[in-house]
Amino acid sequence: MKPLGDFQIVNHSVPRGDGIPKVTGGAIYTSDMVVEHMAWAKVLRSPFARAKILSIDASEAKAQPGVIDVLTGYDLKGLSPYYGHGVKDHPLIAIGQVRFVGEPVAAVIAEDELTAQEALAKIHVEYVELEVILDVDTAMAEGTPRIHETDFADGSFRGFDDFPGAAGNICQAVHVGWGDVDAAFAHAAHIAEGEFYFPMVYAYAMEPYVAIADFDAKGHLTIHTSGQHPFMVRHDVAHVFRLPLNSVRIIVPYIGGGYGSKSYTKIEPLVAACSWKSGRPVKLQLSVEEAFLTTRGDDARVRIRTAVDAQGHLIARQATIHLNTGAYAENSPMVCRKAANRIVGPYRMPNVKIDCFAVYTNTVPASSYRGLGGAQVTFPGESQMDELAEMSGSDPVEFRLKNLAHSGESIHPGMRPIDADIPGDIREAAKLLRMDRPLAPGHGRSVCCSASDAGAHPVTLAMVQVYADGAVSVLSGSTEIGQGSHTVLTQIAAEEMGVPLEKVRLIGSDTAVTLFERSTGASRTTTLMGRAVLEACREAIAQIKVMAEEVFAAPAEKLTEERGGLRHGGKFLTWANILEEYFKMEGCSIVGRAYLRKAGDLTLVPVFWEIGVVGVEIALDEETGKISLDSLVTIGDVGLAIHPAMTEGQDLGAATMGLGAGLFEELIYDGQQLMNGTMLEYRVPRFSDLAKNIDMKLVQNRDGVGPYGAKGGGEGAVNPISPCIANALYRATGARIRRLPLTPERVWKALQEKKGIARG
Amino acid sequence: MKLSFELNGKPATLEIEQRESLAEVLRGRCRLTGVKISCEAQVCGSCTVLVDGLPVSACTLLAYEVRGKRVTTIEGLAEESGRLHPLQQAFLDHFSFQCGYCTPGMILAAKALLDDNSVATDAEIVAHMNGNLCRCTGYLPILKAIRQAANEMRDEK
Repeated sequence: MKPLGDFQIVNHSVPRGDGIPKVTGGAIYTSDMVVEHMAWAKVLRSPFARAKILSIDASEAKAQPGVIDVLTGYDLKGLSPYYGHGVKDHPLIAIGQVRFVGEPVAAVIAEDELTAQEALAKIHVEYVELEVILDVDTAMAEGTPRIHETDFADGSFRGFDDFPGAAGNICQAVHVGWGDVDAAFAHAAHIAEGEFYFPMVYAYAMEPYVAIADFDAKGHLTIHTSGQHPFMVRHDVAHVFRLPLNSVRIIVPYIGGGYGSKSYTKIEPLVAACSWKSGRPVKLQLSVEEAFLTTRGDDARVRIRTAVDAQGHLIARQATIHLNTGAYAENSPMVCRKAANRIVGPYRMPNVKIDCFAVYTNTVPASSYRGLGGAQVTFPGESQMDELAEMSGSDPVEFRLKNLAHSGESIHPGMRPIDADIPGDIREAAKLLRMDRPLAPGHGRSVCCSASDAGAHPVTLAMVQVYADGAVSVLSGSTEIGQGSHTVLTQIAAEEMGVPLEKVRLIGSDTAVTLFERSTGASRTTTLMGRAVLEACREAIAQIKVMAEEVFAAPAEKLTEERGGLRHGGKFLTWANILEEYFKMEGCSIVGRAYLRKAGDLTLVPVFWEIGVVGVEIALDEETGKISLDSLVTIGDVGLAIHPAMTEGQDLGAATMGLGAGLFEELIYDGQQLMNGTMLEYRVPRFSDLAKNIDMKLVQNRDGVGPYGAKGGGEGAVNPISPCIANALYRATGARIRRLPLTPERVWKALQEKKGIARG
Repeated sequence: MKLSFELNGKPATLEIEQRESLAEVLRGRCRLTGVKISCEAQVCGSCTVLVDGLPVSACTLLAYEVRGKRVTTIEGLAEESGRLHPLQQAFLDHFSFQCGYCTPGMILAAKALLDDNSVATDAEIVAHMNGNLCRCTGYLPILKAIRQAANEMRDEK
């Protein structure tokens, strides 16, 4: 393996490829785009959580000057209007029924946005309200009507990519288990048992959902979208409009944040239907308030118990997880699968029984949220680790070290063994946090960890184009969502081709140009697309080596590879020189390609274990219950950081997002109505929430299947933050809170309760 | 109605409608799409532009309010030569953005602070920047960039 010091471009914090555009205002996002002859759409949304639509009268709206057309569920003849990669349960616009407050019921297409907005008030919808089903217990109770009255067709991934399915109001059920939990609990020395709740959260990507769809005169459909999974969008849209894959072109410009919320299909089928109906290119730009009504994270109720033996070894964990999935499946079947896997934690756990249910309710559809079920279940899991440490009379760090799986050990039978040094990471976090220092009053510290089966299904195809003038283009279907993929992938190509970074250009994402990449998520891009780009470069080089035999007039064994080209005796030619000599024509280029699939060393799932290790020291204001962060430590166990500064940036960003759900963020329903769906009322972390001391450390053991031993990052630190804060709060006060967020009010009440109990 | 103001150092006269926000005029009529729209409620700071050197939320300011005033957007910050403003360079140096959607507003809000107080302490920077949200970075890289730019802007004075 190439020693770390030998890398020229990889493992260096080079300038971001998207840097200049992003600091000068030149970066164009879908929300900034206009296309020729473009019309605008606006959406009329349901005021009811569950109701039959008796009629829609849009005649007055259609008569308004400037209105081109109105789309409703009555206009979809000839289409397959239900989409979804897990379950095809989602109509592109309400058809005869609405299932949550905010569901699109009609769309006005007009010459300008204001006209479209004004015309919404002129659409008259007659509803009959039905009994609403707002929580998981009601949804699962016997006799409760079904939110979806029919069984929908499976999406392409069901039964294939870990979506076994379910029925009734249970959208998905996943059962994970091994050993004999009942026997283990019967012999336990200590058992921690409790019910935990992780709140309903909103990712708040600052650019709300936006798409421009254009059916051209030949019937080809082009969509510019803020969606982060162009190929998944293509799948859904091609299905809806019954088009071949090469008739649907999805282009993704810069994206203003995602954090899971822009994964899979959102508004694209609706916008495409507006173009299909009106014969015009149509742009739909949602407001943030509409984005609140489009996707959220699954809130989770977790009933969990965990047992240790008298020596302080974990012997069993049992949990029942109920995810409130909202009105449509979206990606919640996968959240369900991942929550069930991830609640086990990175520990040797000989007996396990996990039952996880994603449950339909009449609320905003839930889907991916950074960490995909990880944050929801690491909170209860790691809270109980501290509870058990105390019961065992052990230090929480030592207790973890005693039970953590080491590199090469398996935590899930049949899955890839752990490919990280989690005990080392925990020790490093404890060291950086200086756990041995005495605590000031109102202060508490904790170190927590998580292991997530990351990478999703490994199908990743890439091309590089090597030009005879020394330039190289990487054609990648991974989207640049801010994580820095456009930089990292060009670094890998520059490293492999031996050209300066400035010579490498990233082309993508555009489904008509770039090869298939399943998704940009599950922290997979560096690992899978990075490796595909590396292999594509090597494949291009292999082609050039064959050409070189002719150019040098020498057999392959006489040619030695040096950085950037080949040497034959005293003569060195770059790869570009060889191409030029071979074709004897300016402007030529060749294509190297790589097709990764679930085979070889990518057969075992997960692609890699994404480790989250964080430490915090909190400072509590006991008068108000307000928690602030004195110190934050993150450990990024990433195999190799292709770009160290951006990798640390991912850790801090993920930790900060976790801090939001830990301390402030919660969507609140009052009956069927979302009460705080605006940024005036939904509090996310701000500058002043920054920890006073921040230490970030990267661990580079090159133990991943990605390029040069790299693994992904960006979703690890979001998981362990909230239990870390809750554990630190317990350390500071003795109050154990099992419900997030730890708002001042909730903390203050817990403290008063504790004082009351103490007073007797 | 007619609107005359100074836009990024040059006089501008536009025909606008009375109801238009400054953000709508800058983005739609002037194609200065570095002005980003997010919360539309003066919470997130992504639409921050400078009016006579002070930061305002362009999403909720009626455009006619800037008549006769100086408006600066992110597009007007670099020198004609292409040389970046010290804040722009510092944001690059410290990887102070990921998706970049909050960045124009961040840089302009920081400029307003440093133009007024080039010896701003960390506490002053945090207090001033608290109205600009970033969902990607966790803020520390932005704080570091503002510190660096403050040093450079002081040295240049």
